[in-house]
Amino acid sequence: MRKRILGAAAIVACISTPASADIKIGFVTTLTTPAAVIGRDMRDAVELALEHIDHRMGQETVEVIYGDDEFNAQKGKQATERLVLRDNVDLVTGYIWSNVLLASAPVVLNADKLLISANAGPSPMAGRRCHQNFFNISWQNDQTPMALGELLNQEGVQTLYVVAPNYVAGQNMVAGVERSFTGEVVGKDMTVWPSQRDWSAELSKIKAAGPEAVFMFYPGPAGPAFVKQYQQAGLIETVPLFSVYTFDSISLPLFQDAGIDSVLGSKMTQFWAPDMDNDQNRKFVADFRDKYGRYPSFYAAQSYDSIFFIKSAVEAVNGNIQDLGGMRAALRKAEFPSVRGTFRMGTNHFPIQNFYERRVVQDAEGNWTTSVGPVVLENHQDPYAGECAMEG
Amino acid sequence: MDYVLLVEQLLNGFQLGIILFLMAAGLTLVFGIMDLVNLAHGSLFMIGAFVGGTLALATDSFVLGAVLMVPAMFVIGILLETVALRTLYRRSHLDQVLATFGLILFFNEATRLIWGPEGLVIPLPNFLEGTVALGAGITYPVYRVVIIGVGLLVALGLYLLVAKTRFGMLVRAGASNRTMAGALGVNIPVLFTLVFGIGAVLAGLAGLIITPITQAATGMGEDVLILAFVVIVIGGIGSVRGAFIAAVLTGVIDTMGRSFLDLLLLLVLPANAAESAGPALASMLIYILMAGILFFRPQGLFPPRGATAIQ
Repeated sequence: MRKRILGAAAIVACISTPASADIKIGFVTTLTTPAAVIGRDMRDAVELALEHIDHRMGQETVEVIYGDDEFNAQKGKQATERLVLRDNVDLVTGYIWSNVLLASAPVVLNADKLLISANAGPSPMAGRRCHQNFFNISWQNDQTPMALGELLNQEGVQTLYVVAPNYVAGQNMVAGVERSFTGEVVGKDMTVWPSQRDWSAELSKIKAAGPEAVFMFYPGPAGPAFVKQYQQAGLIETVPLFSVYTFDSISLPLFQDAGIDSVLGSKMTQFWAPDMDNDQNRKFVADFRDKYGRYPSFYAAQSYDSIFFIKSAVEAVNGNIQDLGGMRAALRKAEFPSVRGTFRMGTNHFPIQNFYERRVVQDAEGNWTTSVGPVVLENHQDPYAGECAMEG
Repeated sequence: MDYVLLVEQLLNGFQLGIILFLMAAGLTLVFGIMDLVNLAHGSLFMIGAFVGGTLALATDSFVLGAVLMVPAMFVIGILLETVALRTLYRRSHLDQVLATFGLILFFNEATRLIWGPEGLVIPLPNFLEGTVALGAGITYPVYRVVIIGVGLLVALGLYLLVAKTRFGMLVRAGASNRTMAGALGVNIPVLFTLVFGIGAVLAGLAGLIITPITQAATGMGEDVLILAFVVIVIGGIGSVRGAFIAAVLTGVIDTMGRSFLDLLLLLVLPANAAESAGPALASMLIYILMAGILFFRPQGLFPPRGATAIQ
């Protein structure tokens, strides 16, 4: 019996984290399942940011506690509950998936704590369900595909086929492209997410429809699988493939290993690229590559930004993180060195920023990466900001 | 609707059916003969992909990797049966579900530790890349044709094994009435182990053969496993022939639903509703089919002779 109690005590001691730091930040991401490659990138970036700020925000020491959403909205909500209720973190950030964020947001906001999305930007949070304690440090889901629709217009594409997964972010991506694309959408498939990994039926439909271009959105490891099948179906030479959030430093090494060189030159749109020219980004990308031996993804860039974003607010209230009004005011200013260069926070607490054309290229050492091109949408605000009536 | 698309979608459905058949054949034998609910069958699918993929990368040949995978999976299957599953035969189905679910977690974490979270990508040899013209304007990826061919060969081989050999006779006897077969002097434990080994090879083959299309990832077996259970329930538990027909039926209905259901719905619903209802309804189709078949034929379409619906 005593042994059992000791064992239980040992387990509890392992689980509970020492309350040594002044500021505790909860970070929810995916640490298991195949999508854990994204979570790893985000955690690595957060750890690098903590190193760069010497685990300090002003006079306060800071600690990040990670929660695993297991790529599942319900599990993500539970992880958030553990962080908020058990670990009593001061604020919560992270969140790759829009559906996880939507399920988890009430937990944080009802506890009267700040919630900062480092990736997911679902439309409700930007519009009707906007909240004074919710901030987004990445983008609203519609914006990047809106830029892509504009890019398609500039490229003179008349007919487009759309393939995307059937969940909140997928629907937002498609809505975004349709919002700005002036040509005709000749076909659209929303596929089962996340289980569907074979697109034979959709690829046959694309072939039959014969569009001038295909738009697709498959984040994480699903992207390379789709492109590979797109190539095997003989489409990649005939129908150019445009995408968002699919070719990044997570998927490109897989493409390179598999020798799918038809993705070189492939175009997308994004707010950031590893070769963007500013001090913060140069330092971030160089140190990230030094420490982890690979390029950071945009997920990593946003996660890195989120720590500096929080730091700017903590310093503005002199470490008194309970001063929510002061924290909010500082976060609204967004005065911190961002890896994307300067941007403003909109009234709905989503960034107003540039979106650039981005291409897949080979760097000087032969690694495949992405490179930033001309601005497609300048100082762009998401289309839902007007629906947001925020008090305070 | 033009016929090229229709034929291509039929081929797509058939190819999905082949994968499901490879999974379901082992599952239906294990369930039918040993009365063991083996949720870890999906893990064998995943292990086949990772082990076969690693062998393919090591030997620099996809074909050689696939050939070497067969004895490797046979050994893994036999080890799994003798070490873990043998003790479960006398337990209730609930115990079996719990124990084999534990095995799923174990194997998922083990593959993540060994191969990392990013999974495994297997490149195809050049002669399997690209498309082939099948005549009448139909072009189809070479590799998917190969999958269909391999699946048909395996189905034929299994048919000959089960219908024409002494071993097959014992397997059929075991599926019909385990106790009676044992009483007549059939060495049931050895038969079980061999059947499980064959099931492991088939599941591993299914996993490896689909990997150049979908990539190997931890947990890749679970979704296929659910479909495979649907297949064996439709086909009749213990029947390889039933598994084949039900697998093709399931594959074709699933693919056809994904391809054309939204177009059909457009005729009766506004565009927005059809777009969101289409995929949702399409993914339910096979379960509706299963419910219908269970209602009219609870023992499945082709139950083994003499077997009762619920053992």
